[in-house]
Amino acid sequence: MTSFTVRAAGLALVLVSLHAGAQDEAIPRTGNGKPDFQGYWSMTTVTPFERPVSLGDKAFFTPEEFAAFEAERLEVEETVQGTQADVHYGFDDYGLHPSQNVRATNLRTSIIYEPANGRLPDMTPEAAAMRAEKQAWYAEHATDSAKNRMLQERCIVWPHNGPPMLPTGYNNNAKVIQTADHLVFMQEMMQDPRIIPLDGRDPVAASIGQWYGHSVGQWDGDTLVVTTTNFTGLTGRQIPTFSTDAVVTERFTLESPETILYQFTVEDPATFVSHWSGEFRMQKTTGPMFEYACHEGNYGIVDVLSAARAAEQETP
Amino acid sequence: MPAAAAAATTPDLNGVWQAMTPAYWDLEPHAARQGATEILGAIGAVPPHKGIIDGGTIPYLPEALARRDANFAMRRTEDPEAKCFRPGVPRATYMPYPFQIFQTDEEIFIAYQYAMATRSIAMTDHMDAPFDSWMGWSNGHWEDNTLVVEVSGLNGQTWLDRAGNFTSANARITERYTPIDADHLVYEATIDDPDTFSRPWTLSLPLYRHIQDEPEFLEFKCVEFAEELMYGHLTKPSDTDNGVNDANGDSTND
Repeated sequence: MTSFTVRAAGLALVLVSLHAGAQDEAIPRTGNGKPDFQGYWSMTTVTPFERPVSLGDKAFFTPEEFAAFEAERLEVEETVQGTQADVHYGFDDYGLHPSQNVRATNLRTSIIYEPANGRLPDMTPEAAAMRAEKQAWYAEHATDSAKNRMLQERCIVWPHNGPPMLPTGYNNNAKVIQTADHLVFMQEMMQDPRIIPLDGRDPVAASIGQWYGHSVGQWDGDTLVVTTTNFTGLTGRQIPTFSTDAVVTERFTLESPETILYQFTVEDPATFVSHWSGEFRMQKTTGPMFEYACHEGNYGIVDVLSAARAAEQETP
Repeated sequence: MPAAAAAATTPDLNGVWQAMTPAYWDLEPHAARQGATEILGAIGAVPPHKGIIDGGTIPYLPEALARRDANFAMRRTEDPEAKCFRPGVPRATYMPYPFQIFQTDEEIFIAYQYAMATRSIAMTDHMDAPFDSWMGWSNGHWEDNTLVVEVSGLNGQTWLDRAGNFTSANARITERYTPIDADHLVYEATIDDPDTFSRPWTLSLPLYRHIQDEPEFLEFKCVEFAEELMYGHLTKPSDTDNGVNDANGDSTND
């Protein structure tokens, strides 16, 4: 059995780097002349969400450094017999390993590029205190009821569903459907359609919170700018959780027929001491994308809760 | 390929649509009756309806009819709708929730508000269902102004209504969406399922376009509303809540 492990990169600092990407290639366009984002996209990347501290403010790898970094991140390791990883199915057995998926080149050393250290900004004292309180409470009550389990375990929303949408461990595929006045972006995992009107309409009433927020798009030249408000105050990077006043701005730019440059900025003064921004590329891939029915097959949550109740019977 | 060109030669189905019939309670003719639980009073009552089926009743085989009746008896806890499971086809069409059609040359994509379920109707590159799924596999084509969709690959776990009517995994559904003016469609679904019915049968109903400005349906992820029904028996009996885990805007777990 093999398993992939993400290891910290210990790479030497080099000052000069390249930012891959070209915008001179003709891109497909819809009947109304807008960039046509339709199709299937892979969000698979080896780029970490936060930059390894050892890299400091080094924002880009050289191509040579990137090659070494990628090789290390994609390494498939033999697992240790008797461990959980050893009895888990091998991710590379089912095409789930990042090495088995198409990936866009990204010389950035982290998805986050602002702040300059490539790491999430500090939380506000109030948000940090709330987070600590939540974590303590969860530690005590994690198996008390279904509602105490993590949102992704309840098949409600994964942290990477966003917005901002982020790569995750596997199933990093997405599908885009586009009409003259809407764009639908649907990630493979959880498979909820983000239905984005492109008319720049006003957000819905502030009292309406949604797991994915409420998104409105408009064109800035050939870039689709999507503004999302109306968060629940319960999601985001889950911990730390975005406040209900968070605003996420995403920019989708079709750099070529094969790549989308996806950029985002999170503004949430109640949670973070500064805004933060990130980017990565999505790479064109092929469909179809099959149904991902998480909740319908969620026997795991029954097992977790029933095991906890059984354990309480044994140790009153 | 042009995304917006679909309407040039075929009807433009883009928009938010919704059925307006209480038949989602029971496709067959039925008088008003108490719902599956009395706890909601008249809010949970079933309104009467003449039914939306050709011939009046569904032509069940005897064993299938027995299963339907068993489903009916267990509907409060076993209706997939109560559990927030993807509703399948054709049920998704006439539930009391809107859905939105996105029409391109290659596909007609439908997003349903209920459970945020989706399906893609392939208009090109037709292929057989690769495996069973909740929403099935859909291949579509135009016959004059009618969108005809062949649906197979359903998993046999979906119901047709809140009365326990159902199809098997071998069901083949032929849907027909016919515009009768800019804001109305006639929807027909013919269900061919020899494991369950003695003959194919057809349901039909009108669909109405949401005509207000900026129509959109908001997120309805119903999992959290099904958790007490599905998992409540596994909640820790002495569970207390300090309000921190306010995952539903409701801090009560017990």
